[in-house]
Amino acid sequence: MMEHNVYLYILVMAGVTYAIRVLPLTLIRNQVNNHFLRSFLYYVPYVTLAVMTFPAIIEATQTPIAGVIALVAGILLAWFGASLFQVSVSCCIVVFIIELMIL
Amino acid sequence: MNKKIDTSRDNISTQNKVRNINIKELKEGIRDGTPIALGYLAVSFTLGIAARNAGLTTFQGFLAALLTNASAGGYAGFLLIASGGTYWEMALVTMITNARYLLMSFAVSQKLKPDTPIYHRLAIGYDITDELFGISIARKGWLNPYYLYGAMIVAIPAWSFGAAMGVAAGNILSARAVSALSVALYGMFLAIIIPPAKINRVIAVVVLISFIASFIVSKMPFFDNISTATRIIILTIMIAGIAALLFPVSEKEGANDGA
Repeated sequence: MMEHNVYLYILVMAGVTYAIRVLPLTLIRNQVNNHFLRSFLYYVPYVTLAVMTFPAIIEATQTPIAGVIALVAGILLAWFGASLFQVSVSCCIVVFIIELMIL
Repeated sequence: MNKKIDTSRDNISTQNKVRNINIKELKEGIRDGTPIALGYLAVSFTLGIAARNAGLTTFQGFLAALLTNASAGGYAGFLLIASGGTYWEMALVTMITNARYLLMSFAVSQKLKPDTPIYHRLAIGYDITDELFGISIARKGWLNPYYLYGAMIVAIPAWSFGAAMGVAAGNILSARAVSALSVALYGMFLAIIIPPAKINRVIAVVVLISFIASFIVSKMPFFDNISTATRIIILTIMIAGIAALLFPVSEKEGANDGA
């Protein structure tokens, strides 16, 4: 363990992470014309964000039920036009109150 | 002569207009970045605790957070440092845990005006995270780099200092506060995907299927060995691919104002 330098580790992490993030942005300078690829990229954000949200939201809280209620509250608020900030803060408050009551 | 003067005045007023738009975008970026920064503080605080456990100093934890801006990638990296892995293993682990950013960067490249200069691309590439990606694709029309700069101004310091505090201070935040703050990110994701789902039924179905598939896969013992990050990539490619085959978007939808 002594032969490894923490700063070199961090450098490798930083270099690889940056390369992954910046390559498509710099290499793909134009609009993609392939119809399938365009459609695919159109759906990517929705799938990625949905997959990252559930079931992670019920695993992030101390009790799963608080996460479930925050999920439902967030969906309803977003559906009826609440802003990004409002939905986000409301979910936090919901979890805090629920866990205050049951824990 | 007169003509020349008029032209230069026009140029100045156009420049001013562009500058005012950029300032407005910057402010909106700061506004939308603020809840992200709050969530980051909590998340990177726990990341800092992982860094502390791996034996990193406060400065090293701060540096790692500042230079990577990655949660899953950061955790995996600290675990590898703790176990004394090789630099090649570090490169591989970092690549796998962050591979989803490749897809996100690809999607953001389609939100940028094709003539966006390379220095803007290099700069915004620095902070393509789950959250900043989310607010970027939620923008109407072309993505103005200054919007992302606004979000980065608040998000990057929060992320870095949160990690530093995690290393230095350990458990200051109560478990209750961490629990509440940890759903901020998911609330944000919901605010991004639900409004378009309300208007477009295909998106609504795609979101619902993504929820269900993600839940099933997370409960299947077979997928226990696959990390969350890899699961996200596999499900994204499969579901978005099938949706694109079954419901190809029209040219109008697929354009820059799509997501």
